[in-house]
Amino acid sequence: MALKIVKGSIDRMFDKNLQDLVRGIRNHKEDEAKYISTCIDEIKQELKQDNIAVKANAVCKLTYLQMLGYDVSWAAFNIVEVMSSSKFTYKRIGYLAASQCFHESTDVIMLTTNQIRKDLSSPNQYDTGVALTGLSCFVTPDLARDLANDIMTLMSHTKPYIRKKAVLIMYKVFLKYPESLRPAFPRLKEKLEDPDPGVQSAAVNVICELARRNPKNYLSLAPLFFKLMTSSTNNWVLIKIIKLFGALTPLEPRLGKKLIEPLTNLIHRALDLLYGMVSKKNLMEIVKKLMLHVDKAEGTTYRDELLTKIIDICSQSNYQYITNFEWYISILVELTRLEGTRHGHLIASQMLDVAIRVKAIRAFAVAQMATLLDNAHLLTGNMQRNGICEVLYAAAWICGEFSEHLENPIQTLEAMLRPKVATLPGHIQAVYVQNAAKLFATVLKGQEGNTDSTAAQETSQLMIDRLPLFVQSANLEVQERASCILQLVKYIQKLQQKDVEVAEEVSALFAGELNPVAPKAQKKVPVPEGLDLDAWINEPPSESESEDEQPKAIFAKEEPKHSRPRHTEVDEKELARRREARKQEQANNPFYIKASPSSQKVYQDTPGVEHIPVVQIDLSVPLKVPGMPMSDQYVKLEEERRQKERAEKKKKEKKKRKEKRSGRGKKQDSGPESEEDITPAHMVDIVTEEMPENALPILILFYFLSVNILLTEMIAFFWPSFKVCDIQGNLQDGSQVVVSVIFENKCDSFLKSMEFNVLDSLNSKLQRPEGSGPHDGLTVPFQLPPGVSNEARFVFTVQSIVMPQKLKGTLTFIVKNEDSSTHEKLDFKLHFTCTSYLITTPCYSDAFAKLLESGDLKGSSVRLEGVNMPFHHLLARICFHHHFSVVERIDSCASMYSRSIQGHHVCLLVKTSGQTVSIDAKCDEPTLLGNVLDEIKQTFSQC
Amino acid sequence: MQFMLLFSRQGKLRLQKWYVPLSDKERKKISRDLVQTILARKPKMCSFLEWRDLKIVYKRYASLYFCCAVEDQDNELITLEIIHRYVELLDKYFGSVCELDIIFNFEKAYFILDEFLLGGEAQETSKKNVLKAIEQADLLQEVSMLSSIDGFSWLF
Repeated sequence: MALKIVKGSIDRMFDKNLQDLVRGIRNHKEDEAKYISTCIDEIKQELKQDNIAVKANAVCKLTYLQMLGYDVSWAAFNIVEVMSSSKFTYKRIGYLAASQCFHESTDVIMLTTNQIRKDLSSPNQYDTGVALTGLSCFVTPDLARDLANDIMTLMSHTKPYIRKKAVLIMYKVFLKYPESLRPAFPRLKEKLEDPDPGVQSAAVNVICELARRNPKNYLSLAPLFFKLMTSSTNNWVLIKIIKLFGALTPLEPRLGKKLIEPLTNLIHRALDLLYGMVSKKNLMEIVKKLMLHVDKAEGTTYRDELLTKIIDICSQSNYQYITNFEWYISILVELTRLEGTRHGHLIASQMLDVAIRVKAIRAFAVAQMATLLDNAHLLTGNMQRNGICEVLYAAAWICGEFSEHLENPIQTLEAMLRPKVATLPGHIQAVYVQNAAKLFATVLKGQEGNTDSTAAQETSQLMIDRLPLFVQSANLEVQERASCILQLVKYIQKLQQKDVEVAEEVSALFAGELNPVAPKAQKKVPVPEGLDLDAWINEPPSESESEDEQPKAIFAKEEPKHSRPRHTEVDEKELARRREARKQEQANNPFYIKASPSSQKVYQDTPGVEHIPVVQIDLSVPLKVPGMPMSDQYVKLEEERRQKERAEKKKKEKKKRKEKRSGRGKKQDSGPESEEDITPAHMVDIVTEEMPENALPILILFYFLSVNILLTEMIAFFWPSFKVCDIQGNLQDGSQVVVSVIFENKCDSFLKSMEFNVLDSLNSKLQRPEGSGPHDGLTVPFQLPPGVSNEARFVFTVQSIVMPQKLKGTLTFIVKNEDSSTHEKLDFKLHFTCTSYLITTPCYSDAFAKLLESGDLKGSSVRLEGVNMPFHHLLARICFHHHFSVVERIDSCASMYSRSIQGHHVCLLVKTSGQTVSIDAKCDEPTLLGNVLDEIKQTFSQC
Repeated sequence: MQFMLLFSRQGKLRLQKWYVPLSDKERKKISRDLVQTILARKPKMCSFLEWRDLKIVYKRYASLYFCCAVEDQDNELITLEIIHRYVELLDKYFGSVCELDIIFNFEKAYFILDEFLLGGEAQETSKKNVLKAIEQADLLQEVSMLSSIDGFSWLF
């Protein structure tokens, strides 16, 4: 604020300050050169004055003109004068001007040496700071030679702020005066271990720059830098150090080995960043890059890390960023070719999840899985738990469950019954056996339609031949399923031999589709009468019971059955906990569709399977892309698809624009493609709200709130037109009025730098901070994003309250748009009515009587004609609008009282007869009374 | 870094900072050339370009282009990061900064830049520290202004 004050005072002393100059230039677009030449003349005059403030102001303006390309070298000496000022304010301007305008051939630089030396040793760290900053821009070999020692001393200054700057500027000094390097180097090296991170990073910067020029000399610092690299968390410093090592490693090959570990750590940090970076637009590209790294990666740990990252990135927020699931399946399939990974289970669960939840992808997924089964021998190299063979679990299940999509089911069935399968882990074999049975059912169905019945029998024979291998399995689950199914097939074969059609019945064994269930689906099912869901069925288990040891089931997670005593009341906490647990359970269960914006659909009221939402996919990409490593092709396809879409969009836009040519539509800048522009190949469910083409005019709403008591009158000013609406005045002690203004931004642009200013009258003045001039505006202490309102309070000093007041004011502000900003001004009037100085004060009738008896009050009266309202409404209106309280009311007569902020008593006697109201009033201040009565009259004339 | 330029979409220079000594004539030529080159580039084109023996890194924020020239061994990405950090600093200091802020308070924009970069090298990587230093220097400026007001008080 204080700065404002001074600017205000300078305003009146000088012709122009910097702001005026800038404004002037902007207003003289036509004859800019002429305007500036008059300004330069003025500046020359100002520079001739003795007053340093005037000079500094002139120099500041010159700095601006210099940027615009005008020659200001003639003022170099004046700049030095301002630099030498003892006041920081001017010194700062002087040094800024010098750093902008001086260069090596500026001759006055010679004159500055002593001044700079003095500033460098100033007790004020900011004096030293500006000197160092300035010096960094115009240091010459002479200055470097003369000041090297001073700067070197500053490298050990007590303030890190100075040390940091001194260290950095040493680099400039070394360049200009290389002899200084040798004596300064030990101290510089010391700064690498400075306790302040800023100084440390400055030292790293300087040494890295030096080392780049001559790496050999800095090899001895490698251990120190290595330590810094492993301990520092500052990315800026890390990047510099890594660059330095890049220069050092060719000279010392042993360094390379040492660097592997810390660098890998850094890479991991980078990978974490990726997670947050992906969008629909760049996902494919990023994953493609990661896949390249996967191929190149040495060491399984790093490769596994990449693998989990890829899956994390793709599956985050419910596959939010995947626009093409075929691509994703291909990526998963490609990942199965990694040898020695420990994340087979993760890949498998992703395959299952996608195949189940994305219906349209099933045919494609099944085809891919069939290929995997066929080539299972490639995957069985790694038999350990969680090895890549886990994906066969998913493959077998998907092929079995969705076998209707298989192109060649017999081949897949055969693949699933190969002897080699018996070497797979038990739980996978079990799935194989079960799904072989499902496949068998599908195959039979296909074959029975044919005239040749031997094919079906052959299939049965295949089952009977191969299954005994599994019956012998050491794994109980496998054994049990295998023997059960073997017997079933034998029975089927018998029937087949009697030419009985069995396919229908066999398929019935596996009928029913497994559908994903929406998380809220259960809610649609009405609770049967008489069922209390909160009641305990069994006694609850004891707390100590451990659930960790539950064996992992394959097809369904068994719910542990608890028994608890009958509880009719369950506390909120418990309910919340259970809800949370259930959510967790659902989140982990692939058969649930999780709540996500993309799956929001209109639910219909009728419950039923048809209405359970399944992710619907609209395929606009051909389903088959031949060849195995396919994800790249998808990237290409996706690119083409987007291009096509974009082209279509452009066409549409063009059309739109044509249609709009008649309106005032603003032409939209077609900037880079944004995230929203990309529609996924599979399913689009983004609701876009059309924004109105034409921005509304800015509306700023003022209103005035009373802080202490009720209301009075409110006046609001709208821009561009004035309108009256509710507003309240506010009163505090005798001469102060606090006005609360609510600023509401009704336009689409950002408003900032608001300045509230009122033209004071003799009687009423806006209170400004001490020292500021009588015409300075007050900065509104906030900014307004579109649609936001906020309140600011302004205090006015009022001398006399007997007359109403109207104050003129302006609000200036900057309207900031996407790519432009304009300075706007808004005029308004502030209306202080006399009633706004009244405060509702209760008064007892005896005190009221005493007041009237005292004889100090002067009387006045007014008659209102044609008032057509009940008496109590009339009174309420006076109370509400004019801050009176009713003292007593007898029939159609009432006495009322109010008090002004300066202690004037106002008494009314209101009588009504028919449509005429007469008000007799008394007050110790007749002018105030007259005005209040006028305002009351006005209130009733409006109704 | 060799220099930094801020210019508007109309090609008006808003701020320039030179970390290498060059004559006014050379500076003018360089900035004119660069402004033309960059303004002619399409929005989707790369933010980096090779220019003479330097690398130019630029980025557009609303109506302003921020452009830096670095040597060919320097990292473009960190330069981009420096630009962004400077914009963040301006934004914090002015509160949602816009071009007008920089035009009307161009000396402040320089002061902020000087606290952030020195001699073309990042001197302070902590946003908090930069702003703290600026605030304190502003405070100092106001104090010295106030004391000078006492001297002018006869004017009022």
